[in-house]
Amino acid sequence: MLLAWQWFHRLGSPRWFYDKSSRWLIWLMPLTLALLATGLVWGLAFAPIDAKQGDSYRIIFIHMPAAVVALAGYYVMAVAGAVGLIWRMKLPFMVMKSAAPIGAVLTALTLITGSLWGHPTWGTFWEWDARNIFMLILLFLYLGIILLGSIYPSRDAGDKACALLALVGTVNVPIIYKSVDWWYSLHQPASIKFTGESSIHASMLYPLLICVVAYYCVFSLALILYTRHEILVREARTQWVKDLSQLPGKNQGGAHAKL
Amino acid sequence: MAELNEANTGAGAILSRDMRLIWRHRSDIVNPVIFYLIGITMLPLAIGTSKQLLGTVAPGMLWIMAMLATLLSLDALFRTDFEDGSLAQFQLSSQPLYLIVLYKVLAYWLSTGLPLTLMAPMLGLMLSLPADGYWALLLTLLPGTAILTLVGALGAALTVCLRSGGLVMTLIIMPLYLPVLIIGSSAVSSAVAGFGFDRELALLIAGLAIALIVMPPAIAGALKISTNQ
Repeated sequence: MLLAWQWFHRLGSPRWFYDKSSRWLIWLMPLTLALLATGLVWGLAFAPIDAKQGDSYRIIFIHMPAAVVALAGYYVMAVAGAVGLIWRMKLPFMVMKSAAPIGAVLTALTLITGSLWGHPTWGTFWEWDARNIFMLILLFLYLGIILLGSIYPSRDAGDKACALLALVGTVNVPIIYKSVDWWYSLHQPASIKFTGESSIHASMLYPLLICVVAYYCVFSLALILYTRHEILVREARTQWVKDLSQLPGKNQGGAHAKL
Repeated sequence: MAELNEANTGAGAILSRDMRLIWRHRSDIVNPVIFYLIGITMLPLAIGTSKQLLGTVAPGMLWIMAMLATLLSLDALFRTDFEDGSLAQFQLSSQPLYLIVLYKVLAYWLSTGLPLTLMAPMLGLMLSLPADGYWALLLTLLPGTAILTLVGALGAALTVCLRSGGLVMTLIIMPLYLPVLIIGSSAVSSAVAGFGFDRELALLIAGLAIALIVMPPAIAGALKISTNQ
Protein backbone atom coordinates (compact mmCIF):
# COMPACT_ATOMS: atom_id res chain seq x y z
CA MET A 1 0.00 0.00 0.00
CA LEU A 2 2.78 2.32 0.96
CA LEU A 3 4.59 1.56 -2.28
CA ALA A 4 1.47 2.09 -4.35
CA TRP A 5 1.16 5.66 -3.14
CA GLN A 6 4.82 6.51 -3.43
CA TRP A 7 4.59 7.50 -7.10
CA PHE A 8 1.69 9.77 -6.25
CA HIS A 9 3.61 11.69 -3.63
CA ARG A 10 6.67 11.88 -5.83
CA LEU A 11 4.44 13.34 -8.52
CA GLY A 12 3.70 16.14 -6.09
CA SER A 13 7.33 17.20 -6.02
CA PRO A 14 8.17 19.89 -8.59
CA ARG A 15 11.81 18.86 -8.70
CA TRP A 16 10.98 15.22 -9.49
CA PHE A 17 8.58 16.34 -12.20
CA TYR A 18 11.16 18.69 -13.68
CA ASP A 19 13.79 15.95 -13.89
CA LYS A 20 11.40 13.34 -15.26
CA SER A 21 9.68 15.61 -17.75
CA SER A 22 12.95 16.54 -19.44
CA ARG A 23 13.21 12.84 -20.33
CA TRP A 24 9.56 12.73 -21.51
CA LEU A 25 10.14 15.71 -23.74
CA ILE A 26 12.86 13.91 -25.68
CA TRP A 27 10.32 11.52 -27.22
CA LEU A 28 7.13 13.55 -26.84
CA MET A 29 8.39 16.41 -28.96
CA PRO A 30 9.30 14.40 -32.09
CA LEU A 31 6.15 12.30 -31.69
CA THR A 32 3.97 15.40 -31.58
CA LEU A 33 5.64 16.92 -34.60
CA ALA A 34 5.38 13.69 -36.58
CA LEU A 35 1.69 13.17 -35.73
CA LEU A 36 0.82 16.78 -36.44
CA ALA A 37 2.66 16.75 -39.75
CA THR A 38 1.10 13.45 -40.81
CA GLY A 39 -2.44 14.42 -39.83
CA LEU A 40 -2.35 17.89 -41.30
CA VAL A 41 -0.60 17.00 -44.55
CA TRP A 42 -2.88 14.01 -45.07
CA GLY A 43 -5.97 16.02 -44.21
CA LEU A 44 -5.12 19.24 -45.99
CA ALA A 45 -3.47 17.83 -49.10
CA PHE A 46 -4.42 14.20 -49.71
CA ALA A 47 -7.89 13.58 -48.26
CA PRO A 48 -10.59 13.63 -50.97
CA ILE A 49 -12.55 16.81 -51.68
CA ASP A 50 -15.98 17.10 -50.07
CA ALA A 51 -18.79 16.85 -52.61
CA LYS A 52 -20.80 19.77 -51.21
CA GLN A 53 -18.30 22.04 -49.49
CA GLY A 54 -15.29 21.66 -51.76
CA ASP A 55 -11.93 22.36 -50.23
CA SER A 56 -13.27 24.59 -47.47
CA TYR A 57 -14.26 21.55 -45.40
CA ARG A 58 -10.56 20.85 -44.83
CA ILE A 59 -10.55 23.36 -41.99
CA ILE A 60 -12.21 20.60 -39.96
CA PHE A 61 -8.77 19.05 -39.48
CA ILE A 62 -7.72 22.14 -37.54
CA HIS A 63 -11.10 23.07 -36.08
CA MET A 64 -12.61 19.91 -34.67
CA PRO A 65 -9.56 18.54 -32.77
CA ALA A 66 -9.07 21.98 -31.19
CA ALA A 67 -12.66 21.93 -29.94
CA VAL A 68 -12.29 18.44 -28.47
CA VAL A 69 -9.03 19.22 -26.68
CA ALA A 70 -10.24 22.65 -25.49
CA LEU A 71 -13.09 20.98 -23.61
CA ALA A 72 -10.85 18.20 -22.30
CA GLY A 73 -8.39 20.88 -21.17
CA TYR A 74 -11.00 22.39 -18.88
CA TYR A 75 -11.40 19.07 -17.11
CA VAL A 76 -7.63 18.58 -16.90
CA MET A 77 -7.44 22.01 -15.26
CA ALA A 78 -10.27 21.31 -12.84
CA VAL A 79 -8.97 17.86 -11.87
CA ALA A 80 -5.49 19.28 -11.28
CA GLY A 81 -7.04 21.99 -9.11
CA ALA A 82 -9.06 19.43 -7.15
CA VAL A 83 -5.97 17.27 -6.53
CA GLY A 84 -4.12 20.35 -5.33
CA LEU A 85 -6.94 21.35 -2.99
CA ILE A 86 -7.45 17.88 -1.54
CA TRP A 87 -3.85 16.73 -1.07
CA ARG A 88 -2.39 20.22 -0.64
CA MET A 89 0.33 19.66 -3.21
CA LYS A 90 2.23 22.33 -5.06
CA LEU A 91 2.67 20.73 -8.45
CA PRO A 92 -1.03 20.23 -9.38
CA PHE A 93 -1.64 23.95 -8.91
CA MET A 94 1.18 24.70 -11.31
CA VAL A 95 -0.37 22.29 -13.83
CA MET A 96 -3.77 23.94 -13.34
CA LYS A 97 -2.35 27.40 -13.85
CA SER A 98 -0.52 26.26 -17.00
CA ALA A 99 -3.57 24.52 -18.45
CA ALA A 100 -5.74 27.66 -18.38
CA PRO A 101 -3.98 29.75 -21.07
CA ILE A 102 -3.45 26.71 -23.32
CA GLY A 103 -7.12 25.82 -23.11
CA ALA A 104 -8.11 29.43 -23.73
CA VAL A 105 -5.94 29.59 -26.85
CA LEU A 106 -7.39 26.32 -28.16
CA THR A 107 -10.92 27.60 -27.52
CA ALA A 108 -10.12 30.83 -29.35
CA LEU A 109 -8.61 28.80 -32.21
CA THR A 110 -11.83 26.78 -32.40
CA LEU A 111 -13.94 29.93 -32.56
CA ILE A 112 -11.73 31.61 -35.17
CA THR A 113 -11.42 28.60 -37.47
CA GLY A 114 -15.13 27.95 -36.95
CA SER A 115 -16.08 31.40 -38.15
CA LEU A 116 -13.66 31.17 -41.09
CA TRP A 117 -15.32 27.89 -42.01
CA GLY A 118 -18.77 29.27 -41.42
CA HIS A 119 -18.33 32.05 -43.95
CA PRO A 120 -18.16 29.88 -47.11
CA THR A 121 -20.50 27.13 -45.81
CA TRP A 122 -23.14 28.92 -43.77
CA GLY A 123 -22.70 32.31 -45.43
CA THR A 124 -21.96 34.06 -42.14
CA PHE A 125 -19.02 34.47 -39.79
CA TRP A 126 -21.09 34.05 -36.67
CA GLU A 127 -24.19 31.96 -36.22
CA TRP A 128 -26.05 31.47 -32.94
CA ASP A 129 -25.53 27.76 -33.14
CA ALA A 130 -25.51 25.73 -29.91
CA ARG A 131 -21.89 24.70 -30.34
CA ASN A 132 -20.76 28.24 -31.18
CA ILE A 133 -22.32 29.62 -28.03
CA PHE A 134 -20.98 26.82 -25.89
CA MET A 135 -17.40 27.40 -27.08
CA LEU A 136 -17.76 31.13 -26.47
CA ILE A 137 -18.96 30.50 -22.91
CA LEU A 138 -16.10 28.06 -22.41
CA LEU A 139 -13.73 30.85 -23.46
CA PHE A 140 -15.33 33.15 -20.87
CA LEU A 141 -14.89 30.48 -18.21
CA TYR A 142 -11.20 30.10 -19.08
CA LEU A 143 -10.68 33.87 -19.10
CA GLY A 144 -12.42 34.14 -15.72
CA ILE A 145 -9.97 31.66 -14.21
CA ILE A 146 -6.96 33.42 -15.75
CA LEU A 147 -8.27 36.78 -14.54
CA LEU A 148 -8.88 35.55 -10.99
CA GLY A 149 -5.44 33.94 -10.80
CA SER A 150 -3.69 37.05 -12.05
CA ILE A 151 -5.44 39.51 -9.74
CA TYR A 152 -5.00 37.70 -6.42
CA PRO A 153 -2.39 39.31 -4.19
CA SER A 154 -1.11 36.02 -2.75
CA ARG A 155 -0.20 33.20 -5.10
CA ASP A 156 -1.20 30.37 -2.76
CA ALA A 157 -4.64 31.81 -2.13
CA GLY A 158 -4.99 32.63 -5.83
CA ASP A 159 -4.27 29.01 -6.75
CA LYS A 160 -6.88 27.71 -4.35
CA ALA A 161 -9.44 30.28 -5.46
CA CYS A 162 -8.90 29.33 -9.11
CA ALA A 163 -9.20 25.64 -8.26
CA LEU A 164 -12.50 26.23 -6.47
CA LEU A 165 -13.87 28.30 -9.33
CA ALA A 166 -12.78 25.66 -11.83
CA LEU A 167 -14.52 22.96 -9.79
CA VAL A 168 -17.79 24.88 -9.61
CA GLY A 169 -17.38 25.53 -13.33
CA THR A 170 -17.02 21.79 -13.91
CA VAL A 171 -20.38 21.16 -12.31
CA ASN A 172 -21.79 23.91 -14.48
CA VAL A 173 -20.23 22.97 -17.83
CA PRO A 174 -22.60 20.06 -18.58
CA ILE A 175 -25.55 22.15 -17.41
CA ILE A 176 -24.50 25.02 -19.69
CA TYR A 177 -24.02 22.60 -22.57
CA LYS A 178 -27.43 21.05 -22.04
CA SER A 179 -29.24 24.36 -21.62
CA VAL A 180 -27.63 25.89 -24.72
CA ASP A 181 -28.54 22.78 -26.69
CA TRP A 182 -32.10 22.98 -25.41
CA TRP A 183 -32.31 26.69 -26.20
CA TYR A 184 -31.08 25.98 -29.72
CA SER A 185 -33.66 23.26 -30.33
CA LEU A 186 -36.42 25.61 -29.11
CA HIS A 187 -35.39 28.30 -31.54
CA GLN A 188 -35.05 25.98 -34.53
CA PRO A 189 -33.32 28.14 -37.10
CA ALA A 190 -34.70 26.81 -40.36
CA SER A 191 -32.25 27.30 -43.17
CA ILE A 192 -28.93 26.36 -41.63
CA LYS A 193 -27.86 22.84 -40.99
CA PHE A 194 -24.53 21.34 -40.20
CA THR A 195 -23.63 18.98 -43.03
CA GLY A 196 -23.56 15.43 -41.71
CA GLU A 197 -20.53 15.03 -39.56
CA SER A 198 -21.48 11.57 -38.41
CA SER A 199 -21.52 10.21 -41.94
CA ILE A 200 -17.92 11.08 -42.55
CA HIS A 201 -16.08 8.84 -44.98
CA ALA A 202 -13.16 6.73 -43.77
CA SER A 203 -10.71 8.52 -46.05
CA MET A 204 -11.49 11.72 -44.15
CA LEU A 205 -11.97 10.06 -40.75
CA TYR A 206 -8.46 8.60 -40.41
CA PRO A 207 -6.57 11.86 -40.89
CA LEU A 208 -9.09 13.49 -38.54
CA LEU A 209 -8.41 10.91 -35.84
CA ILE A 210 -4.66 11.40 -36.27
CA CYS A 211 -5.21 15.14 -35.90
CA VAL A 212 -7.15 14.61 -32.67
CA VAL A 213 -4.34 12.51 -31.22
CA ALA A 214 -1.81 15.06 -32.43
CA TYR A 215 -3.71 17.88 -30.73
CA TYR A 216 -3.77 15.92 -27.48
CA CYS A 217 0.01 15.58 -27.83
CA VAL A 218 0.36 19.30 -28.51
CA PHE A 219 -1.71 20.01 -25.42
CA SER A 220 0.43 17.69 -23.28
CA LEU A 221 3.62 19.13 -24.69
CA ALA A 222 2.53 22.71 -24.09
CA LEU A 223 1.27 21.76 -20.62
CA ILE A 224 4.62 20.20 -19.69
CA LEU A 225 6.62 23.15 -21.04
CA TYR A 226 4.39 25.71 -19.29
CA THR A 227 4.50 23.73 -16.05
CA ARG A 228 8.30 23.52 -16.21
CA HIS A 229 8.40 27.27 -16.69
CA GLU A 230 6.02 27.76 -13.76
CA ILE A 231 8.18 25.45 -11.61
CA LEU A 232 11.32 27.45 -12.38
CA VAL A 233 9.57 30.74 -11.61
CA ARG A 234 8.08 29.56 -8.35
CA GLU A 235 11.04 27.58 -7.10
CA ALA A 236 13.58 30.17 -8.20
CA ARG A 237 14.87 30.54 -4.66
CA THR A 238 15.49 26.86 -4.01
CA GLN A 239 18.94 25.42 -4.24
CA TRP A 240 18.23 22.93 -7.02
CA VAL A 241 16.98 25.61 -9.40
CA LYS A 242 20.03 27.75 -8.63
CA ASP A 243 22.29 24.78 -9.35
CA LEU A 244 20.43 24.31 -12.60
CA SER A 245 21.17 27.82 -13.79
CA GLN A 246 24.84 27.64 -12.83
CA LEU A 247 25.62 24.37 -14.54
CA PRO A 248 23.57 24.38 -17.72
CA GLY A 249 25.51 21.54 -19.40
CA LYS A 250 25.50 19.10 -16.52
CA ASN A 251 21.82 18.24 -16.29
CA GLN A 252 20.10 16.11 -18.86
CA GLY A 253 20.72 18.89 -21.35
CA GLY A 254 18.71 19.62 -24.45
CA ALA A 255 15.32 20.22 -23.00
CA HIS A 256 16.44 22.88 -20.53
CA ALA A 257 17.80 25.10 -23.23
CA LYS A 258 14.36 25.45 -24.72
CA LEU A 259 13.08 27.24 -21.66
CA MET B 1 -30.05 16.80 18.08
CA ALA B 2 -29.35 19.37 20.72
CA GLU B 3 -26.23 20.42 18.81
CA LEU B 4 -28.19 20.86 15.64
CA ASN B 5 -30.72 23.02 17.44
CA GLU B 6 -27.94 25.10 18.87
CA ALA B 7 -26.42 25.51 15.42
CA ASN B 8 -29.76 26.59 14.04
CA THR B 9 -30.39 29.19 16.75
CA GLY B 10 -26.87 30.51 16.30
CA ALA B 11 -27.26 30.81 12.56
CA GLY B 12 -30.77 32.19 13.10
CA ALA B 13 -29.16 34.94 15.13
CA ILE B 14 -27.06 35.70 12.05
CA LEU B 15 -30.23 35.99 10.00
CA SER B 16 -31.88 38.41 12.42
CA ARG B 17 -28.62 40.39 12.72
CA ASP B 18 -28.29 40.67 8.96
CA MET B 19 -31.92 41.61 8.51
CA ARG B 20 -31.55 44.30 11.16
CA LEU B 21 -28.38 45.60 9.48
CA ILE B 22 -30.12 45.67 6.13
CA TRP B 23 -33.09 47.46 7.66
CA ARG B 24 -30.81 50.12 9.07
CA HIS B 25 -29.22 50.63 5.64
CA ARG B 26 -32.54 50.71 3.86
CA SER B 27 -31.05 52.32 0.79
CA ASP B 28 -29.25 49.02 0.08
CA ILE B 29 -32.63 47.36 -0.49
CA VAL B 30 -33.95 50.19 -2.58
CA ASN B 31 -30.90 50.56 -4.84
CA PRO B 32 -31.21 47.31 -6.85
CA VAL B 33 -34.94 47.88 -7.23
CA ILE B 34 -34.38 51.40 -8.53
CA PHE B 35 -31.68 50.07 -10.84
CA TYR B 36 -34.18 47.55 -12.19
CA LEU B 37 -36.76 50.29 -12.72
CA ILE B 38 -34.35 52.67 -14.48
CA GLY B 39 -32.85 49.92 -16.62
CA ILE B 40 -36.25 48.81 -17.86
CA THR B 41 -37.30 52.44 -18.42
CA MET B 42 -34.32 52.97 -20.71
CA LEU B 43 -35.30 50.09 -22.96
CA PRO B 44 -38.34 51.51 -24.82
CA LEU B 45 -36.51 54.81 -25.18
CA ALA B 46 -33.65 53.00 -26.89
CA ILE B 47 -35.48 50.51 -29.12
CA GLY B 48 -38.85 52.18 -29.68
CA THR B 49 -42.27 51.97 -28.09
CA SER B 50 -44.00 49.61 -30.48
CA LYS B 51 -46.10 47.36 -28.23
CA GLN B 52 -45.47 44.31 -30.35
CA LEU B 53 -41.69 44.75 -30.32
CA LEU B 54 -41.63 45.43 -26.58
CA GLY B 55 -43.83 42.42 -25.87
CA THR B 56 -41.39 40.23 -27.80
CA VAL B 57 -38.26 41.37 -26.00
CA ALA B 58 -39.91 41.79 -22.58
CA PRO B 59 -39.29 38.26 -21.19
CA GLY B 60 -35.58 38.39 -21.99
CA MET B 61 -35.07 41.98 -20.89
CA LEU B 62 -36.92 41.50 -17.59
CA TRP B 63 -34.67 38.52 -16.85
CA ILE B 64 -31.41 40.16 -17.92
CA MET B 65 -32.07 43.28 -15.89
CA ALA B 66 -33.07 41.18 -12.86
CA MET B 67 -29.76 39.33 -13.21
CA LEU B 68 -27.77 42.55 -13.39
CA ALA B 69 -29.65 44.04 -10.45
CA THR B 70 -28.88 40.96 -8.38
CA LEU B 71 -25.19 41.13 -9.30
CA LEU B 72 -24.99 44.87 -8.70
CA SER B 73 -24.90 44.83 -4.93
CA LEU B 74 -23.75 41.24 -4.29
CA ASP B 75 -20.21 42.56 -4.14
CA ALA B 76 -21.04 44.02 -0.71
CA LEU B 77 -22.40 40.74 0.69
CA PHE B 78 -19.25 39.83 2.65
CA ARG B 79 -17.26 43.05 2.27
CA THR B 80 -18.44 44.90 5.37
CA ASP B 81 -18.12 41.76 7.49
CA PHE B 82 -14.63 41.29 6.10
CA GLU B 83 -13.60 44.85 6.83
CA ASP B 84 -14.90 45.06 10.41
CA GLY B 85 -13.60 41.61 11.32
CA SER B 86 -16.97 39.90 11.78
CA LEU B 87 -16.01 37.39 9.12
CA ALA B 88 -13.00 36.26 11.15
CA GLN B 89 -15.31 35.85 14.15
CA PHE B 90 -17.75 33.77 12.08
CA GLN B 91 -14.89 31.47 11.12
CA LEU B 92 -13.75 31.12 14.72
CA SER B 93 -17.24 30.50 16.07
CA SER B 94 -18.50 27.03 16.85
CA GLN B 95 -21.21 27.32 14.21
CA PRO B 96 -20.45 25.65 10.90
CA LEU B 97 -19.47 28.34 8.42
CA TYR B 98 -21.66 26.99 5.61
CA LEU B 99 -24.76 27.43 7.76
CA ILE B 100 -23.83 31.03 8.56
CA VAL B 101 -23.22 31.61 4.87
CA LEU B 102 -26.58 30.10 3.99
CA TYR B 103 -28.39 32.43 6.36
CA LYS B 104 -26.46 35.44 5.10
CA VAL B 105 -27.40 34.55 1.53
CA LEU B 106 -31.01 34.07 2.63
CA ALA B 107 -31.02 37.52 4.24
CA TYR B 108 -29.57 39.00 1.07
CA TRP B 109 -32.16 37.28 -1.11
CA LEU B 110 -35.01 38.46 1.14
CA SER B 111 -33.78 42.02 0.72
CA THR B 112 -32.90 41.89 -3.01
CA GLY B 113 -34.23 38.90 -4.95
CA LEU B 114 -37.66 39.02 -3.36
CA PRO B 115 -38.30 42.76 -3.96
CA LEU B 116 -37.00 42.42 -7.51
CA THR B 117 -39.36 39.51 -8.13
CA LEU B 118 -42.36 41.37 -6.70
CA MET B 119 -41.45 44.39 -8.79
CA ALA B 120 -41.12 42.46 -12.06
CA PRO B 121 -44.85 42.19 -12.97
CA MET B 122 -45.21 45.96 -12.76
CA LEU B 123 -42.24 46.40 -15.07
CA GLY B 124 -43.77 43.76 -17.33
CA LEU B 125 -46.80 46.01 -17.55
CA MET B 126 -44.58 48.88 -18.68
CA LEU B 127 -43.09 46.67 -21.39
CA SER B 128 -46.59 45.50 -22.40
CA LEU B 129 -45.83 41.88 -21.60
CA PRO B 130 -48.79 39.76 -22.82
CA ALA B 131 -51.18 38.68 -20.05
CA ASP B 132 -50.13 35.02 -19.97
CA GLY B 133 -46.58 35.89 -18.99
CA TYR B 134 -47.10 37.41 -15.54
CA TRP B 135 -47.46 34.28 -13.45
CA ALA B 136 -44.58 32.69 -15.32
CA LEU B 137 -42.42 35.74 -14.65
CA LEU B 138 -43.26 35.86 -10.97
CA LEU B 139 -42.96 32.14 -10.31
CA THR B 140 -39.72 31.62 -12.24
CA LEU B 141 -37.99 34.70 -10.84
CA LEU B 142 -38.61 33.41 -7.33
CA PRO B 143 -36.31 30.34 -7.53
CA GLY B 144 -34.29 31.99 -10.30
CA THR B 145 -33.08 34.96 -8.25
CA ALA B 146 -32.34 32.56 -5.38
CA ILE B 147 -30.01 30.54 -7.64
CA LEU B 148 -28.43 33.72 -8.97
CA THR B 149 -27.79 34.89 -5.41
CA LEU B 150 -26.31 31.55 -4.31
CA VAL B 151 -23.97 31.33 -7.32
CA GLY B 152 -23.08 35.01 -7.16
CA ALA B 153 -22.22 34.72 -3.47
CA LEU B 154 -19.35 32.42 -4.49
CA GLY B 155 -17.95 35.23 -6.62
CA ALA B 156 -18.41 37.68 -3.76
CA ALA B 157 -16.58 35.30 -1.40
CA LEU B 158 -13.70 34.75 -3.84
CA THR B 159 -13.19 38.46 -4.44
CA VAL B 160 -13.83 39.79 -0.94
CA CYS B 161 -10.12 40.50 -0.41
CA LEU B 162 -9.61 42.30 -3.72
CA ARG B 163 -9.72 46.06 -4.07
CA SER B 164 -11.49 46.06 -7.43
CA GLY B 165 -13.50 42.98 -6.55
CA GLY B 166 -16.84 44.07 -7.95
CA LEU B 167 -15.99 43.98 -11.62
CA VAL B 168 -13.89 40.81 -11.33
CA MET B 169 -16.79 39.12 -9.55
CA THR B 170 -19.17 40.09 -12.32
CA LEU B 171 -16.83 38.76 -15.00
CA ILE B 172 -16.19 35.38 -13.37
CA ILE B 173 -19.80 34.78 -12.36
CA MET B 174 -21.80 35.89 -15.40
CA PRO B 175 -20.91 32.89 -17.61
CA LEU B 176 -22.21 30.62 -14.84
CA TYR B 177 -25.57 32.43 -14.95
CA LEU B 178 -26.30 31.38 -18.50
CA PRO B 179 -28.47 28.28 -17.79
CA VAL B 180 -30.74 30.18 -15.37
CA LEU B 181 -31.15 32.99 -17.87
CA ILE B 182 -31.98 30.62 -20.73
CA ILE B 183 -34.46 28.57 -18.75
CA GLY B 184 -36.07 31.55 -17.00
CA SER B 185 -36.62 33.72 -20.04
CA SER B 186 -37.79 30.82 -22.18
CA ALA B 187 -40.32 29.95 -19.45
CA VAL B 188 -41.86 33.40 -19.79
CA SER B 189 -41.70 33.27 -23.59
CA SER B 190 -43.37 29.87 -23.75
CA ALA B 191 -46.06 30.96 -21.28
CA VAL B 192 -46.74 33.96 -23.53
CA ALA B 193 -46.94 31.64 -26.53
CA GLY B 194 -49.52 29.57 -24.66
CA PHE B 195 -47.44 26.46 -23.99
CA GLY B 196 -47.28 26.68 -20.21
CA PHE B 197 -44.08 26.74 -18.18
CA ASP B 198 -44.26 23.67 -15.88
CA ARG B 199 -41.15 22.12 -17.32
CA GLU B 200 -39.01 25.24 -16.94
CA LEU B 201 -40.28 25.88 -13.42
CA ALA B 202 -39.46 22.29 -12.43
CA LEU B 203 -35.95 22.70 -13.89
CA LEU B 204 -35.38 25.91 -11.96
CA ILE B 205 -36.56 24.40 -8.69
CA ALA B 206 -34.31 21.38 -9.30
CA GLY B 207 -31.46 23.80 -9.97
CA LEU B 208 -32.22 25.61 -6.72
CA ALA B 209 -32.12 22.30 -4.83
CA ILE B 210 -28.70 21.50 -6.29
CA ALA B 211 -27.41 25.01 -5.63
CA LEU B 212 -28.64 24.85 -2.02
CA ILE B 213 -26.59 21.69 -1.48
CA VAL B 214 -23.46 22.58 -3.46
CA MET B 215 -23.03 26.30 -3.00
CA PRO B 216 -22.94 26.93 0.79
CA PRO B 217 -19.91 24.64 1.38
CA ALA B 218 -18.23 26.07 -1.72
CA ILE B 219 -18.85 29.64 -0.53
CA ALA B 220 -17.55 28.76 2.95
CA GLY B 221 -14.42 27.24 1.35
CA ALA B 222 -13.97 30.33 -0.78
CA LEU B 223 -14.22 32.58 2.28
CA LYS B 224 -11.56 30.53 4.06
CA ILE B 225 -9.27 30.78 1.02
CA SER B 226 -9.71 34.48 0.39
CA THR B 227 -9.46 35.64 3.99
CA ASN B 228 -6.61 33.44 5.28
CA GLN B 229 -3.73 34.82 3.28
